[in-house]
Amino acid sequence: MSSVTRNPVILAVLATIALFVIGSTFAIVPETRQAVVLRFGEPVRIYNSYKPNETFGHTGAGLKVRAPFIDQIVWIDKRVQSVAMERQQVLSTDQLRLQVDAFARYRIVDPRRMYISAGSEERVVDALRPILGSALRNELGKRRFDMLLSPERSEVMQNINRSLNRVAAQYGAEIIDVRIMRADLPDGTPLQSAFQRMRTAREQEALTIRAEGARRAQIIRAEADAAAAKVYAASFGKDPQFYDFYRAMQSYRTTFAQDSQGETSAILGADNDYLRQFRGR
Amino acid sequence: MDTDMTQRPGQPSAMSEGGPWGSRDEEPSTGRGGDGPRNPWTPPPRGEPGGRGTRGPSAIDELLRRARDSFGGGLPPRAGGRAIWPYLLGGVALIWIATTSVHRIGPQERGIVSMLGSYSRTLGPGINWTLPAPLESVAVIDVEEIRTIDLGSAGEESEKLVLTGDQNIINLGYSVRWNIRDPQQYAFQIADPDATIAAVAESAMRAVVANVSLTDALGAGRNAIESQVQERMQGILDTYGAGVRIQGVAIKQADPPDAVNDAFKEVSAAQQAAETYLNQARAYSQQLAAQSQGEAAAFDKVYEEYRLAPDVTRRRMYYETMEKVLSGVNKTIIEANGVTPYLPLPAIRPRTPTASVEASPQPQQGGGQ
Repeated sequence: MSSVTRNPVILAVLATIALFVIGSTFAIVPETRQAVVLRFGEPVRIYNSYKPNETFGHTGAGLKVRAPFIDQIVWIDKRVQSVAMERQQVLSTDQLRLQVDAFARYRIVDPRRMYISAGSEERVVDALRPILGSALRNELGKRRFDMLLSPERSEVMQNINRSLNRVAAQYGAEIIDVRIMRADLPDGTPLQSAFQRMRTAREQEALTIRAEGARRAQIIRAEADAAAAKVYAASFGKDPQFYDFYRAMQSYRTTFAQDSQGETSAILGADNDYLRQFRGR
Repeated sequence: MDTDMTQRPGQPSAMSEGGPWGSRDEEPSTGRGGDGPRNPWTPPPRGEPGGRGTRGPSAIDELLRRARDSFGGGLPPRAGGRAIWPYLLGGVALIWIATTSVHRIGPQERGIVSMLGSYSRTLGPGINWTLPAPLESVAVIDVEEIRTIDLGSAGEESEKLVLTGDQNIINLGYSVRWNIRDPQQYAFQIADPDATIAAVAESAMRAVVANVSLTDALGAGRNAIESQVQERMQGILDTYGAGVRIQGVAIKQADPPDAVNDAFKEVSAAQQAAETYLNQARAYSQQLAAQSQGEAAAFDKVYEEYRLAPDVTRRRMYYETMEKVLSGVNKTIIEANGVTPYLPLPAIRPRTPTASVEASPQPQQGGGQ
């Protein structure tokens, strides 16, 4: 036996075997996973299964023992996970089509049931996804489009949550939350007509703004005219006859000024007032 | 697991046997096992002695012979083999323990210690000791670092269209800043924290925008939207137990979609135009007021003079005006009374009509620029 301890080759082989046995006897169950121990394919024990309100460090995680070589371990995630639903076309009661993306957050709370009914987490997701889609279509199909954009949405979500939870329970899962991620008008006609509506609304607004601007501008001009007339009246009204004369003189200068357009020929009659002195009377 | 530890007792106490290199101390220095470190896994060549260039071939030969006699196998020399590799293993184990049981946690980090998979404690900043690796493992998480998720930004070619409460559509780009509040929850509760936060952000943002009007979403109500989204996200993530804190939501871009952008530009153009009309009208108003006051003041001055000497002033003004008017025109004076004169009028040249330019063209309704 002493020879064995001194022979590194044999020692290494033994150590490897020992490690292998240890490795298949003990299992380190982390906080993030639940372990289903299978004996010949039958689940015999669950380690670290989810319980609400447990504190980390006092869960079932840690070093666990199993019978080597006959017990297998299936790992199941303990964390909150997501099911994303493929985009769905939903028809609301007012015949508007909508593209809806939604997701659900769930957690496996009964690993044994989950293993028996689904076998793997992917299968759970595959089972939940269509249910989420159909629940969504059902709920949204009962309502008007504008309701989807309103706070009432939460009621819809609760209904979907309930119907989804019924199915999830069969797979040992618990739905934590269902949310609509996006509700959009589908490309093509619905989107284009919404754009068109926005466009016409804007165009109308633009016209209104212009017209309003023009209206106010006109009022300002009219007020200016009125104010000017008032000033004139106050000043000229003092002596209308003199105003008449004064304004006429101004007007002649303007009309017959040399730089005014056209040629002026004046034919003065002899009895023109201007030529009174000219005649030497 | 701890194979290296189990080897320790395997050190035979036959140290003082007196190898071929003379008696040695209790603790031979590692790596000085006579002929230097040798691979303990390969047995030395059997046939020809001195196959490996070692010192003292005769001693080795003899030793090999002895070994072959006693064991009948190609074992490495007892002294050499035994002296080296337990120490090597021990050294490796020491280094292993040293590197996996001392942890430097930075000032903004926390270390989550799991004892054989089960959470045991959280390490604060500084130098911390744990049990070596297989027993306790440490996940270091940065709790101070603000992480940013960008959703729909100006750089993207695809628009992020969001429906508003009045069934309009806006193109929205925003970012969410968050950090880890509770490292345990962050590490253990949520499968894909980053994707979860992004999805929740999307959902919360759309839910909030679906309750505001287009004009609010395009600018006026941005701050309100941001804080509402932040609150909503925090609430949702807390129900998941994500252990994160949403530091802030920032709307970087809120524009009308490209398809209707022209119409929105038309609105701002209309606002400019309306402003222009008003400015023009105000200018006209100023001008007219100045003009009217000026004219009135001029008349008042003249009238003051006139009142002092009405006749003279009147005549003076008349003659001055006539002088000015008649000095620049062709004059014909007709003296003959009762004679109808023949006046060859010059051919009237076509006069270019002076279009009286209006101070303000009437704005065309709904026209372009």
